[in-house]
Amino acid sequence: MAGRGRGRGRGQMTFNVEAVGIGKGDALPPPTLQPSPLFPALERRAAPLPGGEEGEYMLALKQELRRAMRGLPYFVKPGAPRRDIERYSDKYQLSSPVDSAIDWNPDWRRLPRELKIRVRRLRKGRTAPLFAKQHVALDKEETIKKLESLEKKEEEVTSEEEEEKEEEEEGKEEEEEEYDEEEHEEETDYVLSYFDNGESFGPDSDDNGDEAVY
Amino acid sequence: MTQAELRLCSLLLQEHFGEIVEKVGNSLLRTGPRPLRLLVGDTGLLPDQVKKALCVLIQHNLVRYEVQPRGSVEYEARSERILRILRYPRYIYTAKTLYGDPGELLVEELLLHGHLPMSCAVARVADRLTETMEDGKTMDYTEVSGTFVRLADTHFIQRCPMVPESPRSAKAPPPPAPTLAIAEKDMYVVPRLSLVGKGKRRHSCDEEEEGKHKAKRQKQEGGSSETPLDDGIYWQVNLERFHQHFRDQALVSAVASRMDQTSSEVVRTMLRMSEVTTASGAPHTQPLSSNEIFRSLPAGYNIGKQVLDQYLALLADDPLEFVGKSGDSGGGTYTVSILWGGTRTCRAPPSPFPHPSLIPLLLHRFGSRCARIFRLLLRKKHLEQKQVEDFAMIPAKEAKDMLYRMLSENLVSLQEIPKTPDHAPSRTFYLYTVNVMAAARMLLHRCYKSVANLMERRQHEMRENKRLLEKSQRVEAILASMQATGAEAAQLHEVEEMITGPERQQLETLKRNVNKIDASENQVDETIFVLESFIESTTKRP
Repeated sequence: MAGRGRGRGRGQMTFNVEAVGIGKGDALPPPTLQPSPLFPALERRAAPLPGGEEGEYMLALKQELRRAMRGLPYFVKPGAPRRDIERYSDKYQLSSPVDSAIDWNPDWRRLPRELKIRVRRLRKGRTAPLFAKQHVALDKEETIKKLESLEKKEEEVTSEEEEEKEEEEEGKEEEEEEYDEEEHEEETDYVLSYFDNGESFGPDSDDNGDEAVY
Repeated sequence: MTQAELRLCSLLLQEHFGEIVEKVGNSLLRTGPRPLRLLVGDTGLLPDQVKKALCVLIQHNLVRYEVQPRGSVEYEARSERILRILRYPRYIYTAKTLYGDPGELLVEELLLHGHLPMSCAVARVADRLTETMEDGKTMDYTEVSGTFVRLADTHFIQRCPMVPESPRSAKAPPPPAPTLAIAEKDMYVVPRLSLVGKGKRRHSCDEEEEGKHKAKRQKQEGGSSETPLDDGIYWQVNLERFHQHFRDQALVSAVASRMDQTSSEVVRTMLRMSEVTTASGAPHTQPLSSNEIFRSLPAGYNIGKQVLDQYLALLADDPLEFVGKSGDSGGGTYTVSILWGGTRTCRAPPSPFPHPSLIPLLLHRFGSRCARIFRLLLRKKHLEQKQVEDFAMIPAKEAKDMLYRMLSENLVSLQEIPKTPDHAPSRTFYLYTVNVMAAARMLLHRCYKSVANLMERRQHEMRENKRLLEKSQRVEAILASMQATGAEAAQLHEVEEMITGPERQQLETLKRNVNKIDASENQVDETIFVLESFIESTTKRP
């Protein structure tokens, strides 16, 4: 009894199709054997977008907002990937985004403590903290701060962080790597932007390095 | 959280906050509230990156945290708040229409930064306004802070919950996360600050400010309290209030289209009077006596008291029930029904007001006749196939076709009413009906999907033409610098020639397309607002 009625006659359904309006002998659309097309044809044109001053202004606002948000510190960019070999020029490169630095100052009182980021030094390859230099360096920092008028962002944040570390209990396990970059950067007489590490010169960096150099 | 919503949230986070924040947000949205270490494991990012992302998200109120009884802190993403990012241009534009440029910039700064203290916000806005003014003129802080106070008084901005003040004993360890709270009455209280100062031009001001802040913090270490006067008091934009305003606007325009300009003005006055006294979920405003309404009418409308009364009576009698009469004291008290859906079910509910305006517009895609059938079904609730043909005055074949199309899209559904207990098909009524809530939800889902598609398409277009865009940006930079140093027209022309004709055309097309897509996104967002408000208000109704 179960098999009876199946397949007999076209379009047998459980309810009386006449009630829904499909009369006898009406041609039903063929069964769809594939998923609906990705871009079905538009039967009628879409209504035009509302123009006018309001629409234009909001459009401009939207694009402006997008552009502005990219420039804010809230747009988190991944840190620069570590290079394979530590190069001499690294300490003279202008600051690239650092993973462990936070570019803006949230009110840490409003945030859970675990989210506080300890800013690490950008000394690639230097791992051992130099505790001996800590006290000396801190004194130097006070004087340096007073002398320098234009401070880079990382330096500001890190110096702040170090002062906060002074206040907090000493029970923190996180290592405090020394911030020598400031000292080093001041010791040179050279303008940093002029530094050319010479990497782009020479056969290694060219694409056609295998051609003979005359 | 539907798939469409998740996808849209992902795209929004990625576009505005970058990949890392998107990954963290994604993980939180898909798997629910979790503590930090699980997040780090889930996303595969570095712990510092995850912490930074969480700080950003919490700053913008997109994620909230909660201290669990075990001591760990769990983070939860707020998907509905993430979707609001689409609406930022509308909020800013509304602030501009209501409070002018300072208001617009204040709301923009607050939206861009999540929350800000008042002094900071006022300073930033003054600086920005000074930039746009002519040389030599500066914007005074008092005007900006005046606008700030007005925004707070009308509840468009509100205070963020604050860190508890209670001093803890030295022995008890501080909790892992502060529990922020704020009393209702404090939410709009502006602290008594005397902000004096003028806006500064850009070049040195930011650095100086930073330097000043640093100096302040160092002095803090030293023991003297040089903290800014409103330390700890942060302000954020009150999105609910803006939504209330949009809803009022929609109401007024509905009244205007149904009746005339004057009646819409009356309704607008009533709504304005009850702006701050109406709770956000209330079905109607507080009763207002017609004397009060008469007094508060805007100056330009000199209609007499009797005329006003006539208008109010007309509005109250209207079947759509925008205005209801709630008493007779003071010349008759009236309330505005601001519920999106119908009214109290004791009276015969008339068709709720957004439907006649909204959904047939969406049926534009099917054609005006489908819209006619749909409206008919909304009005009559249940109709048989034959009755649909008769009432809509559409030939049977076409009516059938349209009904089936709508049925396949789930906009209408079939209701079986059996005559006999065995549900025999020949003896059962099949009625077409519209399930309003289901249709609304389905349309909302479609809207989310369309916005996500639009965003993806826009990003695709930008990616395809990235090289060309970069080139044009470089050329513009060169042109600007050359003009600044005073170059001749021939040189400028030469630089301009660097972009060839076809490339220029390509850029034009790209710009046109991107503008169109952006405008469409704004448009879909308006629809999303209406649908979301409707669904929210109908589900709240007891």
